[in-house]
Amino acid sequence: MSDITENPVETAEPTTRMNMIQAINSAMDVMMARDPDVIVMGEDVGYFGGVFRATAGLQKKYGKRRVFDTPITECGIIGVAVGMGAYGLRPVPEIQFADYIYPALDQLVSEAARLRYRSAGEFIAPMTVRSPFGGGIFGGQTHSQSPEGIFTHVSGVKTVIPSTPYDAKGLLIAAIEDNDPTIFFEPKRIYNGPFDGHYDRPARNWSAHPAGEVPEGYYRIPLGKANVVRAGQALTILCYGAMVHVVAATIEELGVDAEIIDLRTLVPLDIETIEASVKKTGRCMIVHEATRTSGFGAELSALVQERCFYHLEAPIERVTGFDTPYPHSLEWAYFPGPVRIAEALKKIMKE
Amino acid sequence: MTAEVGSGAREGRNLSPLELHVPEPKFRPGDTADYSDLFIPVAGVAVRPEADARPDSFHELAYSLVRVLDDDGQAVGPWNPKLSPDRLRAILRAMALTRVFDERMFRAQRQGKTSFYMKCLGEEAVAIAATFALEKDDMCFPSYRQQGILIARGWSLVDMMNQIYSNKGDRLQGKQLPIMYSVRDASFFSISGNLTTQYPQAVGWAMASASRGDTRIAATWCGEGSTAEGDFHSACTFASVYRAPVIFNIVNNQWAISSFSGFAGAESTTFAARAIGYGIAGLRVDGNDALAVYAATEWAAERARTNQGPTLIEHFTYRAEGHSTSDDPGQYRSANESADWPLGDPIARLKQHLILLGEWDDARHAAMDLELAELVKASAKEAEKNGILGHGLNQPFETMFEGVFEDMPWHLKEQCQQMLDEQKAAGL
Repeated sequence: MSDITENPVETAEPTTRMNMIQAINSAMDVMMARDPDVIVMGEDVGYFGGVFRATAGLQKKYGKRRVFDTPITECGIIGVAVGMGAYGLRPVPEIQFADYIYPALDQLVSEAARLRYRSAGEFIAPMTVRSPFGGGIFGGQTHSQSPEGIFTHVSGVKTVIPSTPYDAKGLLIAAIEDNDPTIFFEPKRIYNGPFDGHYDRPARNWSAHPAGEVPEGYYRIPLGKANVVRAGQALTILCYGAMVHVVAATIEELGVDAEIIDLRTLVPLDIETIEASVKKTGRCMIVHEATRTSGFGAELSALVQERCFYHLEAPIERVTGFDTPYPHSLEWAYFPGPVRIAEALKKIMKE
Repeated sequence: MTAEVGSGAREGRNLSPLELHVPEPKFRPGDTADYSDLFIPVAGVAVRPEADARPDSFHELAYSLVRVLDDDGQAVGPWNPKLSPDRLRAILRAMALTRVFDERMFRAQRQGKTSFYMKCLGEEAVAIAATFALEKDDMCFPSYRQQGILIARGWSLVDMMNQIYSNKGDRLQGKQLPIMYSVRDASFFSISGNLTTQYPQAVGWAMASASRGDTRIAATWCGEGSTAEGDFHSACTFASVYRAPVIFNIVNNQWAISSFSGFAGAESTTFAARAIGYGIAGLRVDGNDALAVYAATEWAAERARTNQGPTLIEHFTYRAEGHSTSDDPGQYRSANESADWPLGDPIARLKQHLILLGEWDDARHAAMDLELAELVKASAKEAEKNGILGHGLNQPFETMFEGVFEDMPWHLKEQCQQMLDEQKAAGL
């Protein structure tokens, strides 16, 4: 399961072709069936099934007491979820877009993240906050952001970002089962198919992708474990979410023997896999869509520098979104696509 | 052409300039506070609706004041909860014990035994009488000034003091600022420093209880100042939408540190009246009248427990002390405000009532005070055996890293080791 070019499913369980939304829906379905404490809530998630259809059919199957629509108040959604967790439920609240998670920041940072610590384990917040994130869909300023760096900076929350339907289901199940609060960011650009960064080419769907084959039942992908998407010798590329596919396609086009690591979980980070890879290749590039300054790439860069300093043959490169709000019309000039990656590759391989 | 900002003389018009209203309390240091124009309804006149009354029928109750004890100490009117003398004495004792506890811990802070303390002087009824009207396993989501809940539930004073001293007996391992208790066994939710975050959490807990078909309800408290937080709004909306079995208590003690209640909106309306807009039953009670607080809570609990939805109770009271050990109210409010507060003192009023019933007397009260002082003193000595904050490092160092997550990830393990190495280097 270390290479998405091969079928990742090695199981006798029945599998189905799913896109990422269906995989996420399936994860919630599986967990709701297994655990009566799991409840799903958020704006438009109930009867309608979510603006991206991620919760479609769940209310009909599990009833309004377990799957319900909420008022439009993000701080309320997360605050209520904290209280439900304190009671003993396992809430899976949805924030419709990651761009709208900020009203809930106080509840997430001051409450959910700190509850176990401040009560010395008397109360916990075993919640999984699902939220579509990332750009590439002409979402403009408030439907495109990647705020993962805000959450990786908070002690007490885990941050998970899948890049395939198979991973999305397995990681979401693991996140729901995890007793720590988890932010689960879903790259909405790849909900329906992998994206190679070429916005001018026809969109692809998950039907041809090996990781679009998803077991129907229960399975989990452990949090804190990265996936080596492509083994290579020339350099290590650290990425996650939609960027995994952009990087993989660009590398293939350029014929570079890069080792591509899909981090999958940002906190806790799979430092062993990263360290082993960079020590082998001697070069490290970090790719994310989020803005650069104080983004998660800065943390990755610092960690690699601290741990692999004597193995590095070139400065660590960060390929990221620019330090501007996410623009609408200039989206493809903003997005860290194949050209920006190629330019950075030239630089890092020249040294 | 230059814009004539603030001139109020736009071309062709003759408008007087706009004025920004910034509230100002009636009395400041040096003034003599005068409450003669504060309208205090007579005890016993407020109607007591059925527990299933429609939320839109609470207009009068939200703008009036439910009072049971009259000026003579007589319990009057439909809200009289008609408690047994034993029950009244138990409430009186818990209030008196809380006051003694507060005095002792305030002094402990002044003596350098801990870093911080907050008293609830004058507000004892708000937490204690309410707790007596709840079941033991109803979940309380308090702010930092409801220590009376724990005392009313008979929780260990030594355990509370251990937390205040952050000593080796502190179940919270010295992780929390003093008074930020957490007592799951007493159905007392972990206190946060972030104001009003507990409000939507209480709603969530209540929704969970309802969704599970449980019979337990939730109660939460915040100050009138904190009602301005967005969480207050979201909690009221959620509670109303899902008819959550929750009781919202607003402790209107007139002051949010140095800001008088006008900065939370009190000049224009009551806090109980906020309920009406949300479709929630709203009661405004005399917060220094233990029987009124009890009766309102009992009523709200019945409403919640019979699936009639939430109730918001404004407890009209007065913060008789400084905000905290770090505060000097002499800097911002009139000196006689507290002593002249027209609703009196909750302990004195309940005491008077019991004496009137022939169920109490000054001698018994004095004996009780003595007994409670001894109890608190003995508890403090017991707690101090576990250390005080001034003694420094009371917890094993590694505990700093425990409980951030259920399992300690590698980066915390590394940092823990770094700290242990530092302690070694420091010769500790």
